[in-house]
Amino acid sequence: MKHARIAWAGAIHEAVESEGELLLTRSPWAGKRLKFDEVVWLPPLAPTPQARTILALGLNYADHAKELAFKAPEEPLVFVKGEASLIGHKALTKRPEGVTYMHYECELAVVIGRTAKNVKKENAYDHVAGYTVANDYAIRDYLENWYRPNLKVKNRDTCTPIGPWRVDAQDIHAQFGSPMNLALQTIVNGKITQSGHTRDMIFDVPTLIEYFSQFMTLQPGDLILTGTPDGVVDCQVGDQIVTEIQGLGALINTLA
Amino acid sequence: MNAVHVQSYWPQGTVYGALLNFKREWEVWAPRMNEAPYKGGPKAPVLFIKTANTFSPSGGAIALPSGVQEVDIGANLAWVMGEDAQPVACVLMNDVSIPHESYYRPPVKYKCIDGFLGVGSKALEIQNLNSDAMVLRVSVNGVLVQRVDYAQTVRKSRALLQDIATFMTFQAGDVLMLGSDCLPGGNRPRAKRGDRVEISAPGFENLANVFAGDGA
Repeated sequence: MKHARIAWAGAIHEAVESEGELLLTRSPWAGKRLKFDEVVWLPPLAPTPQARTILALGLNYADHAKELAFKAPEEPLVFVKGEASLIGHKALTKRPEGVTYMHYECELAVVIGRTAKNVKKENAYDHVAGYTVANDYAIRDYLENWYRPNLKVKNRDTCTPIGPWRVDAQDIHAQFGSPMNLALQTIVNGKITQSGHTRDMIFDVPTLIEYFSQFMTLQPGDLILTGTPDGVVDCQVGDQIVTEIQGLGALINTLA
Repeated sequence: MNAVHVQSYWPQGTVYGALLNFKREWEVWAPRMNEAPYKGGPKAPVLFIKTANTFSPSGGAIALPSGVQEVDIGANLAWVMGEDAQPVACVLMNDVSIPHESYYRPPVKYKCIDGFLGVGSKALEIQNLNSDAMVLRVSVNGVLVQRVDYAQTVRKSRALLQDIATFMTFQAGDVLMLGSDCLPGGNRPRAKRGDRVEISAPGFENLANVFAGDGA
């Protein structure tokens, strides 16, 4: 099932995808159908009781590491994002005036479903609730070599669109075998600029869950953004950027 | 803004910290700043995040992972943010880290370990405090090991907030740790298994944690 979180009629609602429409699932609107363009799309994530941990990978595709002139890492290169950087599908991301290189990063995002501590690879998928698409924008003008990638590059307001759907893990596993078997691409103003495949990750999803859960306990709702393949290009105000992953949907964002 | 009265504090949002925000540590690092991999001193505040799995209450034990002999003590005065991205309260925090020599990559595996943030039991209203004049005292097993004087910061608290606000907006409940100082040699005070670390400051209840964990 594909889950969404939307604002409509003055409130926030949970919804699922049903025959090309949104079907609201909870009282008082359970059963109500809405068109995709009738709502405001929020990040497809239920609120968490404590700050959501958002881990993001750098250089997790060999081709992208090469593109950025880095050798592939020997252990995951990870940074952390605050929840306030997240925005939903069909939203606006701000491109600051005067910057020269702002690029999208289409990424498979893993949503944790069950507390994960010292989890082994072979059991890792038991701890996953679902998957979604994240666009982990970066503004390279602000890169500095201190705790790089630094927060001014990676924790900016509006710079992490996520969605549209949170797709149940079991659906992806049943249809594709695993999340490591999904094509992904980015389309800028109708032209494909980035094209890759999750099988080319250096550290796959079970490896990442094993690695992180050795030293940090992950909680339901926590996210792992698994990195991006090569093909990032500078985008301008007004550009429409569609980051899309097989089985998960197309996340639309516009630079403003 | 209404006054905030917090009986028992627990972080409600994301906890951010600032590295290299004391003059002493900056000066220790200055000769290396132009070398690889840094290739220049930091321009923006150097920030990191302490994830929710790190939060430990005052009085609780903090476990050292196996293989880790000692940890850095990072005594911090922290701001708790209100609805309008302005600080409403202050709290003591201990930003515990596995000692690391390099500041090149994000310190997740050194700083985001379960339990690695001691959290003061009470937050105090900010109106009654001058953050830039605060002095924290750090003791290990009752012996004073460090005095952290916020008059010695690189960015004063308001300037730090202002520089961060150019690219991100603090949400209500988010926390900004204003920085931890090093000792004259450049290291931070260290704690090992069995040590009791206390951080104190005028007006605050002491933040106390014992370091534990099985074997080396």
